[in-house]
Amino acid sequence: MDVLVCVKRVPAVGAEILLTADATAIDTRHLGFTIGPHEECAVEEAVRIAERTGGSAGVLTVGPPETEEQLRYALSMGADHAVRVDSPETDPDPEATAAAVTGALGELPPYDLVLFGEASADAGHAQVGFRVACALRRPVVGGVKGIDLDGAGGGTVTLRRATPDGVELHEAPLPAVAAVLEGLNLPRYPTIKGRLRAKRAPVRVLDGPGATGGLRTLRLRHRPEARAQTVVLGRGAAAAPAVVDVLAELGMVR
Amino acid sequence: MVLVVVERDGDGTLTEGSAEVLAAARDLAESLGVPVEAVAVGEPGDLPDDLVKRGVGRLHLLTHELLDDGSPSCLGEALAGLVADLRPAAVLAPSTDRSTEAMAWAAAELGMPLATACTEIRPVPDGTDDTWEVTRERAGGILLEDAALTAPIRLCTLRPGSPSPSETAAADEMTVHVVVPELRASVPRARLVERRERAAGMTLTTAPVVVAGGRGVGSSEGYAVLEELAGLVGGAVGCSRVATNNGWRPHADQVGLTGTRISPDLYVACGISGATQHWVGCMNARSILAVNTDPEAPMVTRATWAVIGDVHEVLPAVVDEIRRRSGR
Ligand SMILES: Cc1cc2nc3c(=O)[nH]c(=O)nc-3n(C[C@H](O)[C@H](O)[C@H](O)COP(=O)(O)OP(=O)(O)OC[C@H]3O[C@@H](n4cnc5c(N)ncnc54)[C@H](O)[C@@H]3O)c2cc1C
Ligand SMILES: Nc1ncnc2c1ncn2[C@@H]1O[C@H](COP(=O)(O)O)[C@@H](O)[C@H]1O
Repeated sequence: MDVLVCVKRVPAVGAEILLTADATAIDTRHLGFTIGPHEECAVEEAVRIAERTGGSAGVLTVGPPETEEQLRYALSMGADHAVRVDSPETDPDPEATAAAVTGALGELPPYDLVLFGEASADAGHAQVGFRVACALRRPVVGGVKGIDLDGAGGGTVTLRRATPDGVELHEAPLPAVAAVLEGLNLPRYPTIKGRLRAKRAPVRVLDGPGATGGLRTLRLRHRPEARAQTVVLGRGAAAAPAVVDVLAELGMVR
Repeated sequence: MVLVVVERDGDGTLTEGSAEVLAAARDLAESLGVPVEAVAVGEPGDLPDDLVKRGVGRLHLLTHELLDDGSPSCLGEALAGLVADLRPAAVLAPSTDRSTEAMAWAAAELGMPLATACTEIRPVPDGTDDTWEVTRERAGGILLEDAALTAPIRLCTLRPGSPSPSETAAADEMTVHVVVPELRASVPRARLVERRERAAGMTLTTAPVVVAGGRGVGSSEGYAVLEELAGLVGGAVGCSRVATNNGWRPHADQVGLTGTRISPDLYVACGISGATQHWVGCMNARSILAVNTDPEAPMVTRATWAVIGDVHEVLPAVVDEIRRRSGR
């Protein structure tokens, strides 16, 4: 089976987030970049499916040249080909991203399964995968935490979806689209060999459609925080009575 | 009109999130001088009575056997058809997975933008252009984003905990408009083949206390004392992504952006630094107790209470103290 995973380069923010002077983006001068955990699991799953079925695992991103760093990370995890759809923006509007992915899927050889994260780790629009599925008229399941290929011989895939009340199994005819969640698997760490291979691997670059969408960031803000000063109950084991006093006050122990 | 996508619980009652969206829609509709209408899937049940009290005068009921699967392609296509017919000023839905996915499909079908996870919608009703302003949560609320939403029909999903619903004037009457959408036979769709309910019992989201551990716990065995404490206070065990990635705990225990977002009465964060992606998962806890060797750790400086120390010393002492006092 041939699987394609769409990944997005996002800043790896820590405990504090600095904004640019015009507050339209995160100040990334001192930050590294990563892909989101949902997408990391999608890459891992694609690599496992390719290994198991003798197929291929591709990765695709929409963005400027520096986003190839994240494609190479996916290659170092075991993906075997990478595509960048050129776009001047690192954080495009979801309509524009979906148009770029849809356009690229029209040019690339066909894939049996296209995987997305349920939501990107920075913008979190939670819509690109569903837009692409709509444009391509493909079946789509979101919130996926399990992919079962037993029916693949008969042209179907079973997708396990996590819901607030439990689990649902959906059967989709191939080719299909899934938006996945972290927890789908435990992603591997790249090996040295994988990293070396990824460094040399070619990245295919496609022209983007240059589409824009109707959602434009005006400014980013920190959410107002209303937390009182921390009360330090003590140090080490000696703080235990004070901790239990608090638990008792909250009615959690007698 | 402002059209609201409403969801119902298993027993047919309006969800809390839907009630909040209805309240927000009413405020928005009032400022625009237009009515509120609702759309739901399935049988009417008590819904018309419930909605009329909330100021809704018309309910569009989408009925089609394919809609029962909850597939975004079916619900999205049905919604897009209805929206194209009604041409409302805005369509608001709760930001649940199910509604968000359907709205995303509908937005694509309509060729329109969609603003998800909104906390506020500010119409610019002077009619000069199609642009409204929204505030939305980025990445589960790590940051807020003010965005311009430009479309003739504004599609938005709303985060829960938005405005507190004020007293509503009931609508005069309720009209139920049953719609049987024509879902294209040419679109291949996923089919629901099985549904498994979660076993009853306490989960991370329902537990009043969550005792969570991060890198500072050091190993999967290290969680035994967290399990013990959680048992004594009637809580559940949670963890950070470091614990999940190290295979110490299952992903179902992970609190945070890509784990679970919780709002317990008390969150006990043991050996967890408080990275933003973790913080968004626990920031709605009513109170936080941090146990950390580093007094400057962000989790410590944001906590209600803190103990500075090694989890391996502090937690056993707390467990002993609880047992001593209760004679257990
Ligand atoms: C896109 C994205 C999504 C993410 N989603 C999530 C998510 O959903 N959930 C999540 O948790 N993380 C998430 N992360 C990871 C997050 O950024 C942090 O890396 C992670 O939360 C750190 O876990 P930690 O606090 O256990 O470890 P660390 O940050 O390493 O902190 C360990 C803490 O333990 C303290 N400590 C060490 N030893 C002891 C001891 N013996 N006793 C007491 N204290 C001790 C240290 O002082 C420190 O404060 C995400 C990251 C990204 C980029
Ligand atoms: N710039 C991008 N390039 C490639 N894929 C993307 C991009 N942005 C988003 N995606 C994919 O779409 C998913 C959902 O993104 P979003 O709709 O922004 O939450 C992500 O998890 C990725 O799989």
